[in-house]
Amino acid sequence: MVRVIVDGTPVEVAAGSSALQACEAAGKEIPRFCYHERLSVAGNCRMCLVEVVRAPKPVASCGFPVSDGMEIRTDTETVRRARRAVMEFLLINHPLDCPICDQGGECDLQDQAYGYGSGISRYHEEKRAVTNKDLGPLVKTVMTRCIQCTRCVRFCTEVAGTPELGGISRGENLEISTYVEKALTSELSGNLIDICPVGALTSKPGAFQARPWEMKKADSIDVTDALGTNTVVQVRGGEVKRIVPRVNDEVNEEWLSDKGRFSVDGLKRRRLDRPWVRVHGKRQAVSWQDAFVAIAKRLEGVPGNRIGAIAGDLCDAESLTALRDLMESLGSANLDCRQDGAAYDLSDRSRYTFASGVTGIDEADALLIIGAAPRHDAPVLNARIRKRYLSLGRGKFPIGVIGPQPSDTTWSYEALGEGPDVLASLYDGSHPFCEALRTAEKPMIILGHGALVREDSLAIQAAVRHIAETTGVVKDGWNGLNILHTAASRVAALDLGFVPGQGGRSMRGMLSSGVDVLWLLGADEFPVGGISPETFVIYQGSHGDAAAARADVILPGAAWTEKDGTYVNTEGRVQQAFRAVFPPGEAREDWRIIRAFSEVIDHRLPFDTAEELRARMARINPVFVGGAPASVSQPPFAGSETIMTDRPFRLSRQSYYLTNPVSRASETMAECARVYSVPAAIAAE
Amino acid sequence: MAGIDLKAFLLKEIASGMASTFRMMFRPKATLNYPYEKGPLSPRFRGEHALRRYPNGEERCIACKLCEATCPAEAITIESEPRDDGSRRTTRYDIDMTKCIYCGLCEEACPVDAIVEGPNYEFATETREELMYSKEKLLENGDRWEAVLARRLELDAPYR
Repeated sequence: MVRVIVDGTPVEVAAGSSALQACEAAGKEIPRFCYHERLSVAGNCRMCLVEVVRAPKPVASCGFPVSDGMEIRTDTETVRRARRAVMEFLLINHPLDCPICDQGGECDLQDQAYGYGSGISRYHEEKRAVTNKDLGPLVKTVMTRCIQCTRCVRFCTEVAGTPELGGISRGENLEISTYVEKALTSELSGNLIDICPVGALTSKPGAFQARPWEMKKADSIDVTDALGTNTVVQVRGGEVKRIVPRVNDEVNEEWLSDKGRFSVDGLKRRRLDRPWVRVHGKRQAVSWQDAFVAIAKRLEGVPGNRIGAIAGDLCDAESLTALRDLMESLGSANLDCRQDGAAYDLSDRSRYTFASGVTGIDEADALLIIGAAPRHDAPVLNARIRKRYLSLGRGKFPIGVIGPQPSDTTWSYEALGEGPDVLASLYDGSHPFCEALRTAEKPMIILGHGALVREDSLAIQAAVRHIAETTGVVKDGWNGLNILHTAASRVAALDLGFVPGQGGRSMRGMLSSGVDVLWLLGADEFPVGGISPETFVIYQGSHGDAAAARADVILPGAAWTEKDGTYVNTEGRVQQAFRAVFPPGEAREDWRIIRAFSEVIDHRLPFDTAEELRARMARINPVFVGGAPASVSQPPFAGSETIMTDRPFRLSRQSYYLTNPVSRASETMAECARVYSVPAAIAAE
Repeated sequence: MAGIDLKAFLLKEIASGMASTFRMMFRPKATLNYPYEKGPLSPRFRGEHALRRYPNGEERCIACKLCEATCPAEAITIESEPRDDGSRRTTRYDIDMTKCIYCGLCEEACPVDAIVEGPNYEFATETREELMYSKEKLLENGDRWEAVLARRLELDAPYR
């Protein structure tokens, strides 16, 4: 620790900190544009000037290392004058178009010009103008507004790992550009909008629609991937206008994936806003009561084991609990949340979660990825892998990939093989990568869905478990054997035991006339065509997607922005999302629908309020109230009776942008899928 | 006592009152024959709103929403989106004239002099609904009053 005096107040900061950090530690606000905590220091905006005693002139505090006994002054006349002067320089070429700029109201330049600027300009000459760049369907550019802080360049290079932006020319002619005009390929490109301190990079889909001061905000959780990114849903006039990330260093730092950010327009398209019942092959709009009666009639006389339920990827834990209890009361053990047919070892919670925690990546020093594509499965998690990869330095973070060899990773890796055959040599320790794992202090394995959605997945998991135990991935004080889920509801569903009970059928078993009545809770990702024509299908969900088209009864549910919900992310972190808007039309919160229906069939579920329901969740599994996880393995899943095949790992062929009913309903996501699939198609040829 | 009686006897108050009345008969009238005659208005008079256009016919409003934000009565409602040519425009600009308190802050806030309060105060309506002004109505007002509005702004400009 180093002792520094800031405006007369002594503070202790870590050695190697910058003067800016010392000032922040002392509670002093230092204006800045180019400096960003999560990016490297560029020191080119000069806004953070402070006075250091015995330094001949003001210094840029962001890049000035502290030394013991250093004395910093942040509000002397010199500093104020320096800031005013820098501000005047910055504003020379900045257009005065705040009224039409989408950044207006949340603009660093605007705020700091008020706070530290001089109020008048002495510049009467020509301003410069820069042509706008086309950065794809998500980021809109107004390059004349750019103040060349290069935050976007550093973000792309460092965090996103797609070094596509750069500065060309110099001096007054400096322009931020992709050089060859093309769309940004990063799945994190939306964050450029957040980090741009001015209005040069703004949201293209949300252009000109709302002002920041008009929006009501509700804390939420991103459900488009399993990372559980903390978000803020911003609403104007009953419509979700945008979703921005919330800082949570343990989950998403301050980033949000493009899918989570830009699928908002899917929330108002293709919505199910009233109940429908199929009568004589034709669907009719009906009242809630009629829909319930239709289901109740069909359920009459159907034995419990002929009723099944499949839960989708976006469900909250509340609705899962309600449906699980409803099925239990109907005497059905046919429950499944694994639409993709994945198999998990449920004997211990750490075996079906990201056991080391997302922050574990920051400590890992060797990584083996099996059947996963982190960049597509969880882009923000991938950014963390890249951060670790960069911080350890070249060659110090060995990454091995088993499975499809992606060409677009943001870290370099060693391709170990395509299929499970590689596991054999890792199993007996003869593979050279075993050495990398063994010598690492905190080695990590990420097991993705490419390895889990196979018939031999339990055998693979057993083999990987053995590899982990022999190479020190799992040892005292460190569990680096991680499952990377892709569905936001998956861990919660597994925690709640939303899996086939004793004698129950799995997802595949329920298809092809395994059950007579099938309740789909937002489930669209399984082979809907496999449902036998005789099965009576109830679809409860928010969007008219694949399964709703097949359904005999449609119960309109709420999307995640429209209900208070509990979500558990891939590392098993229980997080709460809050309602931002009301569901459209007659749609209702999902657990209330199930609760209301239970009354119609005289199987009244014992909870009337969300609190009672959460108490019920906590009784099923104490993790929901922060307790020790309960074992949910009803039939013993663990074991390796299955035999590994040599079939190579396959990843989902779905476009990253179209993985759930909401994003499939979104025009923006469709446009992204169109734009970004083209290079892949060309590459394949 | 006797003095009061004398005043009453000579009708002094009546006489002075009549004298005053007689004097006033020769002065200019203070009243106006209202619908046909109107009093002078300051260029700053805050009457009925109007949305102005540029001389080339382009509407001035750029949907910055500052008027909406500043309106203390929350009488203004704006929806905006990019127009086909990419410029920022309103798709809806409503003023609830029954909420409006005619404070003129919208006019103050407007960076492009689009929304102005004109000299017109004769816009009483028979129904409440007619006082919910839409963008079309406001633009029409602007077109009708443009000459006067421009003149008023010009006169007031030196004091702003």
